Amino acid sequence: MTSSPPSSSPGLWHQILHAPWTWRVTWFYLILFLFLPMAALVLKALTLNPAEIWRIATDPVAISTYNVTFFTALVASIINGFAGLIIAWVLVRYEFPGKRFLDAIIDLPFALPTAVAGLTLSTIYSTNGWIGGFLEPFGIKVSFTRLGVLVAMIFIALPFSVRTVQPVLQDMEPEMEEAAWSMGASQWQTFRRVILPPLMPAILTGVAMGFSRAVGEYGSVVIIAGNIPFQDLIAPVLIVQRLEQFDYAGATVIGTVLLLISLSALLVINLIQARGRRFYG
Amino acid sequence: MADSSLQQPVAAAGSKSQGAAFQWGKWLLVAFVFGFLGLILLVPTLNVFVQAFKAGLPGLLETFSNKFFLNAVRLTLITAAITVPLNTVFGLCAALSLANKNFPGRSLLISIIDLPFSISPVVAGLMLVLLFGNRGWFGPLLDANGIKIIFALPGIVMASIFITMPFIAREVLPALEEAGTQQEEAAATLGASQWQTFWRVTLPSIKWSLLYGLILTNARAMGEFGAVTVVSGNIVGKTQTLPLFIEEAHIQYNSQAAYTAALLLACLAVVTLVVKFVLERGAGIQSKSH
Repeated sequence: MTSSPPSSSPGLWHQILHAPWTWRVTWFYLILFLFLPMAALVLKALTLNPAEIWRIATDPVAISTYNVTFFTALVASIINGFAGLIIAWVLVRYEFPGKRFLDAIIDLPFALPTAVAGLTLSTIYSTNGWIGGFLEPFGIKVSFTRLGVLVAMIFIALPFSVRTVQPVLQDMEPEMEEAAWSMGASQWQTFRRVILPPLMPAILTGVAMGFSRAVGEYGSVVIIAGNIPFQDLIAPVLIVQRLEQFDYAGATVIGTVLLLISLSALLVINLIQARGRRFYG
Repeated sequence: MADSSLQQPVAAAGSKSQGAAFQWGKWLLVAFVFGFLGLILLVPTLNVFVQAFKAGLPGLLETFSNKFFLNAVRLTLITAAITVPLNTVFGLCAALSLANKNFPGRSLLISIIDLPFSISPVVAGLMLVLLFGNRGWFGPLLDANGIKIIFALPGIVMASIFITMPFIAREVLPALEEAGTQQEEAAATLGASQWQTFWRVTLPSIKWSLLYGLILTNARAMGEFGAVTVVSGNIVGKTQTLPLFIEEAHIQYNSQAAYTAALLLACLAVVTLVVKFVLERGAGIQSKSH
């Protein structure tokens, strides 16, 4: 993997020593800043004894943070999956005033620091905020509740759902829909049978990427949530709390659980994309 | 699509009622998009500017005489000034090593470079603490030599490097692939050195993608919160970056200070989006998800 052609004779060391310097910089950097830190986490987890790992990983507080984190992230990414499809559709197929502006601000969650997002969301969704004030008479509280976690996760994961679907929709030819249409298919049938299937891999990829991002999110959630165990405490915040108490074993185990989930999500994304390429190339 | 139904004589029979339904559906969906983005993106962003100027310009400027605020600004700028050049060198090297080449494990290597995007920033920070913290692998060694990485600038920089590592490689790689190798080969044939080829041929063909990658790296490096929280120790006036300053001010109900800092970072975000917009229009950079 280290050097270009898989030539048989010179041997690995020879290849490493004679690799172009761009290669050497790349690997040096990856080893120092990526592999070494990852190894530190994995090895630390391995030094703990299995019973201890199990006890920490299944501690009631830890379990409740997985529930809040994964369930809320899943709901947020599914909401974004629907909203992202509609937004992509509107941006690709319709002309209306303000379209370019909307298209440009979709990426805002990538550009706006999460601390700013958390701060401003917690203000406007608080009971005396612009939006929270409207919801309060209905008994709906957003800031400092699990609903607040949901709003923050929707915010930070939104661009994934739009930006994965948009290019696929752009490349889709309207002729197919027109054909389905002229043969008497209803709008709903056309949508379900003709438009949706080729979009599905992109939609699922967007949902999986958004889920992965939402699960790992810390900055915006820690500010908008109350961070109360069994209510709205998420796993990344629990890691930080454990570290503040110098509980390195606790932080490591929960961190490893999160890392494994992220890597699984990554694997799922790659599988979806590989399948999508095979079917709709 | 409403137009296309007019061009379809076959569908013309039902086109009038269907066209009307389309107009309805179209405006309903457009209204939904404005509503959704309004609640999630627009109103919150607008709120940053409104809150920051709540007490007018004097209120805003008051924060600028806050020593801790100025320290946070300084630390954020220093962090970005170290992180961005280092990641630029890495990103260019990685992209040059990968572009227009085919070897086993190439897509695996691309996935590895992308890894930091999938790892929670908090976990990234935790990794660095386990490596360089006083109870970490290198803790005793660093301690003996009086070097501080965790709870100090090097830790903050390493966390920012980790989080923003993939951006530049990711933007530059497709541009290099599109440019191909013909021109570089021609330059080499004509006797140009590697450096000359890079400066005169390769760099001009990727400059817009590189600029976009730089902007994204910078925005993320200045705004990183989760990873920096873990490694910095959040020591007021010492290891507190702007995002950490915002959290602290917010917790202490110092809304003006929090929103002044938020305003700076929001302006950074707006500049980032404007540059992206201009680059996409002018230089044909593809928008993609990260």
